[in-house]
Amino acid sequence: MLVEFALHHAWLVPLLPALAFLIIVFLARPWPKLSAFISVGGMATACFFATLAAYGVFTNHQYTEHPLVYAARWLTLGLPGMPELQINVGVQLDPTSAMMLFMVSFIATFIQLYSVGYMKGDPGFSVFFSYLSLFAASMLLLVISSNLLQMFIAWELVGLCSYLLIGFYSHKISAREAAKKAFVTCRVADFGLLLGILGLVITFGTLDLVELSERVANFREYTTFGTMTLLAILVFIGPIAKSGQFPLHVWLPDAMEGPTPVSALIHAATMVVAGVYLVGRMLFLFHEVPVAMDLVAITGAFTALFAATIAITQREIKRILAYSTVSQLGYMMLALGVGSLTAGMFHMWTHAFFKALMFLGAGSVLHALHHKADVWEMGGLVKKMPITSWTFVIGGLAIAGIPPFAGFWSKDEILVVTLNGGHYILYAMAAFTAFLTAFYMWRLIFLAFYGEEKPENHPHESPWTMCVPLIVLAAGAMTVGLLGTPWNNIWAEWIFFGEAHHSGEIAWGAMISSAVIAVAGIYLAYTLYLKDKEKVKVKALAERYKSLYNLSFNKYYIDEMYLWFNHTMVDGSAKLFYLFDIYVVDGIVNGLGGFGKLSGEGLRVLQTGRLQNYALVFFLGVLAIAVLMVFAGPSTASLVLGGVM
Amino acid sequence: MPFDTSLLSIEMLTAALGLAVLILGIISPASAKKGLGWITVIGLLGVSGAAIGFWGTQGSVYSGMYLVDNYATFWKLTFLVAAVLVVLGSMRYVDNLGGQTEYYSTLIFATLGMMVMASAGDFITLFMGLELMTISFIILVCFRKNESKSVEAGIKYILLASMSSAVLLYGLSLIYGLTGSINIYEVGRIVAMNPVSPALILGVVMLLAGFGFKISAVPFHMWSPDVYEGAPTPVTAFLAVGSKAASLAILLRVFVAALPGIWEHWAMVVAILAGVTIIVGNLVAIPQDNIKRLLAYSSIAQAGYILVGLVTATEAGIKGVMFYAFLYVFATLGAFTVATYFYNITGSDKIKDYAGLSQRSPLMAVVMLVAMLSMAGIPPLAGFVGKFYLFTTIVDNYLWLAFIGLIMSMVSVYYYLRVALVMYRDEPADSTPIKVSSPVAITLVVTMLVTLIIGVYPGPLSEVVNAAAHSFFLQ
Repeated sequence: MLVEFALHHAWLVPLLPALAFLIIVFLARPWPKLSAFISVGGMATACFFATLAAYGVFTNHQYTEHPLVYAARWLTLGLPGMPELQINVGVQLDPTSAMMLFMVSFIATFIQLYSVGYMKGDPGFSVFFSYLSLFAASMLLLVISSNLLQMFIAWELVGLCSYLLIGFYSHKISAREAAKKAFVTCRVADFGLLLGILGLVITFGTLDLVELSERVANFREYTTFGTMTLLAILVFIGPIAKSGQFPLHVWLPDAMEGPTPVSALIHAATMVVAGVYLVGRMLFLFHEVPVAMDLVAITGAFTALFAATIAITQREIKRILAYSTVSQLGYMMLALGVGSLTAGMFHMWTHAFFKALMFLGAGSVLHALHHKADVWEMGGLVKKMPITSWTFVIGGLAIAGIPPFAGFWSKDEILVVTLNGGHYILYAMAAFTAFLTAFYMWRLIFLAFYGEEKPENHPHESPWTMCVPLIVLAAGAMTVGLLGTPWNNIWAEWIFFGEAHHSGEIAWGAMISSAVIAVAGIYLAYTLYLKDKEKVKVKALAERYKSLYNLSFNKYYIDEMYLWFNHTMVDGSAKLFYLFDIYVVDGIVNGLGGFGKLSGEGLRVLQTGRLQNYALVFFLGVLAIAVLMVFAGPSTASLVLGGVM
Repeated sequence: MPFDTSLLSIEMLTAALGLAVLILGIISPASAKKGLGWITVIGLLGVSGAAIGFWGTQGSVYSGMYLVDNYATFWKLTFLVAAVLVVLGSMRYVDNLGGQTEYYSTLIFATLGMMVMASAGDFITLFMGLELMTISFIILVCFRKNESKSVEAGIKYILLASMSSAVLLYGLSLIYGLTGSINIYEVGRIVAMNPVSPALILGVVMLLAGFGFKISAVPFHMWSPDVYEGAPTPVTAFLAVGSKAASLAILLRVFVAALPGIWEHWAMVVAILAGVTIIVGNLVAIPQDNIKRLLAYSSIAQAGYILVGLVTATEAGIKGVMFYAFLYVFATLGAFTVATYFYNITGSDKIKDYAGLSQRSPLMAVVMLVAMLSMAGIPPLAGFVGKFYLFTTIVDNYLWLAFIGLIMSMVSVYYYLRVALVMYRDEPADSTPIKVSSPVAITLVVTMLVTLIIGVYPGPLSEVVNAAAHSFFLQ
């Protein structure tokens, strides 16, 4: 009963946080506690409905083949000479979106709860919660969208919220800059996505995902292979920025300027996976174009490796996590690129839990150390902050890929599908990334939580509102991977593209090797950072490979390259256009404006206020129209002048 | 069913309501007269309910003299809703002024006139409705009888309106003389079958002038800024909204049903009229410093946009007109209600006195802003969708007109935003907050919500309008 209701009213899930946003903005803002209550309450209720809806989808196997779609007509565009385009707003529920719906709302609920403790006493407390609610609403809307335009609107809303939240500490210049960077980078890429969507509408005449997938399957009736390739690549440009893929990943690490719950919510668990989700949703398009698939896979694998090599030298706790996110997103893209929606979504699912957990753990640490972010200045936190530390360790085990924690199963799945697809180079890259991941993550853990305590730090455990989410998410990080073990792969039965794929044989080789790789990474971190108390070896290594170290520490100077490009190319051409703007465009506009004003004044003079004049104008008007009638009509002139009756 | 008088029931109800208010006003003590406004509102809402019941009814009374179809019903609902909003917005104004009995009953009779116009099936009914409306408005315009501006406006209106009525009547009689029929659809059949004569063209010219006066199309618009400025503001609002909408209803009926046979003779003229109206309305609005005059010119420009829908004389055009007219009602009423209330509090209509309104009353400022942005055609507000529907009908053959519409919409943004700038940027000279009374707040919120909702979700209204436009051709 209730499940049925939730299935057919899934639009409530984004609506509730949206309402919370409106209520906070217009009514509840002066009362922080009330605002937080409304926000968390709305989110929890949404999560309740999302859970029911997800349950409904997963217990009805028909939805795997035929998504549950319901939509209302939004508007009909009919231009003369073009087929009418109907645009709907609607809900599309299938296992993929149901999973996302549950995941996003579940994690958002706990992050909001965590924020109650974390943001306590902040002057913008209510505003922060209104933004969080708006963000959750947009993200959930994106997830359930049944058509591309609706999805794009949500996509942009998500980008806007991200801008607002990253720049939340707007008194800090760095936060403002980071917000702008995120917004601009994503906007640039969104333009590609928008072009892709427009191209799809023009080519296939529909925005509806289900219809589109049917038409794309027979794309030869509509268009050529070349156009398809172009469209697929254009669509992929959007996710490149949103999901922090090389070379548009630059905004994501800077985005850590936002409050930590934001990093956890947006930049780990939900928003950044929007790009992956979009690619997953549009896999029917990419599937038709092998080139695009390869592009996705190579971008993913390269990003994964590239970001991991940066993460190993970073010092700020959130920055390490940020690069780790970029790297994990690369994994997801890789999985999609080799054609496995199952593995990509599975890693997204597990990643959401352990990465949100680690960000919140990092937030807890920062909270305790008064925003001291350098891991080298921490140490021994495990004694004073047991809950934070132990949950973080669980997250570390999960991301490193130690069985049976969540990350192991999903990462193993990706490695297996890559290997099975015959992509040996990509497999090697991914496997090496796995090694690096275990290394840099445990470097962080050993440095921050173990070793000697620093006397200048006075850490303390965080309040319950912050610890409960940590514990819940840690439990998730331990268990959620069990849905997709090779022995009983329930996950693969739900979420797949094309044929449901049964792995059949268990790839023991890949499984054991990935576990070994993870252990090796952790062991290396152990020898370098925990066993070696004075960190002699590390310093020696950094000294010996100084250029490599600097390259990694400075993130391959990509930011600098963009800056250089901006200074020379963009600013240079801007100067040129500025002159054009001042003299030509402004000239025309001001001229027109002046003309408008003058003619307005001129015509105003006619308005004398005298009745006689008005009557005169009226009759002159009648006369003018009569004359006009004679000359403007097709044959009226001949009719009147020629006197034909 | 030639004499099925039940089809006239909503008009009868309205007439009864007007008389009831008149009688109640006379017999009730002065202190109770404040309740008349609410009686009017409730009565009109009741009539609206009855009118909704007529949706889907198609028929005529007295051999086509009086038509009932979705087209007419849609317009009637528009007038009724407008009347309700005007009454809600003017209660306090009228209570300050006195004379509630006459005000409300006259307003109801004006609404009745509009309803008769929407349903008119022949020239006599048409003219009767038009005059009922016009004469009621003359009374309303000079309602502030102690104020010279109001009286001056009334005199100007009575003289010019009777002149335009005379011209209109002359045009109607010419057409009657040529066709021998006064029934609109019958005239349409006769005109289509017979060759065109110069006298018929002259008749069309007269009709254009007569109706052009009512919808204040350039060059027949001269009266409207003066009358709008002088009339009591709620009356101005109703004049700008109701009178214009009703005249559009009948203008469409006459031109599309009676004169489609000579469409190619008047299409270009209507297009030019629309273009000139858009240009002049928008340009002259720029230098205005009085909010009512600004809105007067803006409503002239809006009439120009609406005329665009008549050019093609197709179902799509009618649909565009009805859609735009409906949302024009809400945007204009929102703006005028703010102006009315602002005048009540401050006694000023000057734009510069609106400085800092966003601080004194955020609600009033935001309603004004939304109304103006909608009229300027900024998405996602209703005005954008309306303009989109109107201009798609002509973009094929009258690209120049679409271009004028586009350019002048940009010009209009200038003067609309000038008001917004004053409201939001400037510091108020007197920063006492303005408390908005509840009936006014209802009007404001309703107008704003409708403008927003139609803008974001135009689907349902578009379907209703489709059905209405479709019924037009079934008579």
